[in-house]
Amino acid sequence: MLLGAGVGSTGFSAVWRAWDDPMAARIVWEIRLPRSFGAWAAGGLLGFAGAVAQGLFRNPLADPYLLGSASGASVGVALALAITGLNPMASQWVARLGLTGAAFVGAVLAVLLTLLLAKGVGHTFRLLLAGVVVGVVLGAATSMITLLSPEILQAMQAYMLGSTGFVGWAACAIMLIVLGVCLTVGTLLSRVLDGLSLGETTARSLGLQMPVLRAALILVLSLATGTAVAQTGLIAFVGLAAPHLVRALIKVRYSVLILLSCLMGAVLLSAADVLARWLIAPQELPVGVLTALLGGGYLLWLMHKGKAGGSIRSQTSSGSL
Amino acid sequence: MINGISCNIISAKLGGVDVLCGVSANFPVGKWTAIIGPNGAGKSTLLKSLAGLLKYVGDVTVEDVDIKKIPARIKAKKVAWLGQNEGGADDLCAYDVAMLGRLPHQGWLALPSDLDRQAVERALRQTQAWDWRLRPLGSLSGGERQRVLLARMLAVEAKILLMDEPITNLDPPHQTDWLDTVQHLVGNGTTVISVLHEVTLALRADSLLVLDKGQVRHHGPCTEPATHAAIVAVFDQRIEIVKVGDAYVALPRLSLPVAQ
Repeated sequence: MLLGAGVGSTGFSAVWRAWDDPMAARIVWEIRLPRSFGAWAAGGLLGFAGAVAQGLFRNPLADPYLLGSASGASVGVALALAITGLNPMASQWVARLGLTGAAFVGAVLAVLLTLLLAKGVGHTFRLLLAGVVVGVVLGAATSMITLLSPEILQAMQAYMLGSTGFVGWAACAIMLIVLGVCLTVGTLLSRVLDGLSLGETTARSLGLQMPVLRAALILVLSLATGTAVAQTGLIAFVGLAAPHLVRALIKVRYSVLILLSCLMGAVLLSAADVLARWLIAPQELPVGVLTALLGGGYLLWLMHKGKAGGSIRSQTSSGSL
Repeated sequence: MINGISCNIISAKLGGVDVLCGVSANFPVGKWTAIIGPNGAGKSTLLKSLAGLLKYVGDVTVEDVDIKKIPARIKAKKVAWLGQNEGGADDLCAYDVAMLGRLPHQGWLALPSDLDRQAVERALRQTQAWDWRLRPLGSLSGGERQRVLLARMLAVEAKILLMDEPITNLDPPHQTDWLDTVQHLVGNGTTVISVLHEVTLALRADSLLVLDKGQVRHHGPCTEPATHAAIVAVFDQRIEIVKVGDAYVALPRLSLPVAQ
């Protein structure tokens, strides 16, 4: 958090100058602190969603974007950008809220479309397949929109790579509230995920009402993902990697895994956020590039480390779609 | 005789294909029934239908109540089901897996009670899996894993147990343990129905249901010659059943005479 406050284009000195220099205070209080906080919250949401997705689909390769929320959010942002012709880098508060709104609506609509194509939540495999189809089609739609209005290309690219740069206190509050709701519901439903790990039929034989419970899980999964992508764009890999990083350290039930994965996501994204601002300061890297590099690198290292790698390898090989 | 579970299934489909066509059977309380038959006979489908886990046309009744009318959680307490080759749960430790068998007994927010812990310990000791209760399932061998899954099913403490090929991965001593466990349970009034490929062990059951091409070929006590004849017939005369002492043993019948 301190690092997050201290790293930025005007250098670390802004923190202690913040006491007497109102300009520095504004930078720290209105830009650096909320974005650092936002990185924690968004990372937490993605880590949570990743753990739920992997449990729900019984697939270690599942990530939060699986049901089409990412591509839906992209289409939403692309449409909003193309219509208003705005550049997010230079956008005002109102425009930014507009983009977040568009992204959230896009994400929610895409998940609904996936559910519609899968004819409900009754069939895990159909859901996965529908998610892939929606992802591909909406991805193509985003490309079409970008092609038709090339001036949004740069803004779109920035969104696709993800950034915590536009997170204000309001966004932090939204993300925290959603995170609180999702974690509560997720913890309540964690036994369902434990039961599901023995297979759908076994879960049902244990008296779990799978259609209702699956719908509830998809709801929190989509809510968490939609909120995160709306505020910070498509941050790669945090949702996929966080649960694996936790599992490599400790084997636990889902009630604990969800919580730890949420923390791991938060740590991963805030670390990436600080590095993104610091590595080539006063410029900054897109944080999504760093999450991919950090998370991916660490996962690869784990895979080659031997003991923990064995479990990850066997999971990925046994968990093919 | 009281019916533990009975069925009159007109048809059950898997992927649009009729797997069961006209299966009626009664499974009396406190008896062990083994279901045998060749691959694709519909044994697993029958077991799932009996557990109410599959759509079917017809009736299944548990203690003379239509299974579709029993609320899910109550049904889960009465009827425990163990599938074949259940994968997954690699990251859960054996104890947590067995504890999943207590799900039907637990409230949404309730932590495991002493009763739950006792049931889980009993079940894990019964399958001799207690010693490695803290090891993740993914680190166990196929047989060890199967014993944990058996414990998971025993921990439900249901009065009706449905097991699909429960001993295929077990070594001979643990197959014998399983036999002991089943006989002990049956002695206490539990109804056990198991799909088995080990004909010799299946012949230890109280009765045998011989299934082929989705239909019951025979249902009778294991000691009767008619039952033995039905078994040999559905297995294309490729096995023979021989009496050794008090028990019956299935032996392969080779198609070619052994070369001299």
